[in-house]
Amino acid sequence: MTASLPDAASLIDALATAIAPGFDPDTRIVGIHTGGVWVAERLHALLRSPHPIGQLDISFYRDDFSRIGLHPQVKPSNLPYDLENRPLLLVDDVLHTGRTIRAAMNELFDYGRPASIRLAVLVDRGGRELPIRPDFAGLVLDVPAHQNINLSRLDDGHLTLSIA
Amino acid sequence: MNLQLTADGRLRHLLTLDGLPRAILTQILDTAESFMDVGEREVKKVPLLRGKSIFNLFFEPSTRTRTTFEIAAKRLSADVVNLNIATSSQTKGEAILDTVDNLAAMHADMFIVRHSQSGAAHFIARNVAPHISVVNAGDGRHAHPTQGLLDMFTIRRYKGAFHNLTVAVVGDVLHSRVARSQIHALTTLGVPEVRVIGPKTLLPAGVEQMGVQVFHNMEDGLRDCDVVIMLRLQNERMKGALLPSAQEYFKFFGLTPGKLALAKPDAIVMHPGPMNRGVEIDSEVADGPQSVILPQVTYGIAVRMAVMAMLAGGNG
Repeated sequence: MTASLPDAASLIDALATAIAPGFDPDTRIVGIHTGGVWVAERLHALLRSPHPIGQLDISFYRDDFSRIGLHPQVKPSNLPYDLENRPLLLVDDVLHTGRTIRAAMNELFDYGRPASIRLAVLVDRGGRELPIRPDFAGLVLDVPAHQNINLSRLDDGHLTLSIA
Repeated sequence: MNLQLTADGRLRHLLTLDGLPRAILTQILDTAESFMDVGEREVKKVPLLRGKSIFNLFFEPSTRTRTTFEIAAKRLSADVVNLNIATSSQTKGEAILDTVDNLAAMHADMFIVRHSQSGAAHFIARNVAPHISVVNAGDGRHAHPTQGLLDMFTIRRYKGAFHNLTVAVVGDVLHSRVARSQIHALTTLGVPEVRVIGPKTLLPAGVEQMGVQVFHNMEDGLRDCDVVIMLRLQNERMKGALLPSAQEYFKFFGLTPGKLALAKPDAIVMHPGPMNRGVEIDSEVADGPQSVILPQVTYGIAVRMAVMAMLAGGNG
């Protein structure tokens, strides 16, 4: 079963509009693999950030590693700057239990001590298991636990949200 | 049944590269690539193996291999215990399995095993509890899989791919567990031309059946190579009448700038260490611009992290 969801591109536009007013130009934008990086790339352009984008793969920080093992396609994390004392905007596609964000914050602190971290997500689907809340959400949706929200990217770069 | 893989095809132990599918080798190399950057960070650790105990069981002495395994385990946040058993219980006559059982009773999660007898790591792997993984860190003349993997990682880093390469393995192939692991990995990863170069007395009979071309002189063997892997010549071989002298060996099989010039201009030179300068390799080559011998050591840490992380996950 697939229900129709708002267009991802216009959700990201709205997200950028919400972030822009208080956006410190010193902010480094960091996307979480894979969907979060796609959203971060759009936000990076819309917010006209002059700094390169950071990419995090949180595989080495997951709390279910001893149960399910290493993801077969781990990508290198890439933070092409010193994040010590810098404000960060952490970006993911879907916020669910909060465990990914916890892992991402743990990893970020192994690179240094950022001045602040704010969280922007395309969709907040509820179902939190940790005390984590987004600063910006493109869409807030109450999705039952058995359903999944997925962001995919077509060859032409077009982003699509689906629920199944 | 393959002792090294689980029923669903994941890595269970790492004992030899012989028979490991290309997909697993590639996954190890890709995972190692992700670990490369951990060594550059402010905090050179990831929490993957927090709470796990890794025992380095070295029945035969080693500095570099043991140290890089230790660093790799520590970067994964594991607790590491080093046992140089050549100098402890084995001299008191304790059997290998008693040693292993005792360490298992201390809640070991992984054994890194080096032993002078071929098959030692397999023997331990067949006899450990299901939650314990075994990594072969060199057994007799048989295999040294993590060395083979770090060599493949080095080649991929410098050459980008395997499908268009000519690779020569030079020297004492007969006694070399490193050479065997390299040859298995090179052929599995699709290197079209793998050569072995050495005197007849130092090449194993039937080595052609491993899918390599055999050369007995450097001038023919090195021509147009992309990668030249030198092997360590163990001094004790000189005593067994296999070779006349170190000087004689250097003259014919030592890698000098002149011989290296026969390979491609951008060829890289590798060596698993420790080197015998002036025996299998000239210092001018070992320290020269085409040498990647020190990067090999650095890459060994990332590769060993990848192997340990793949073994330790998914058991719970």
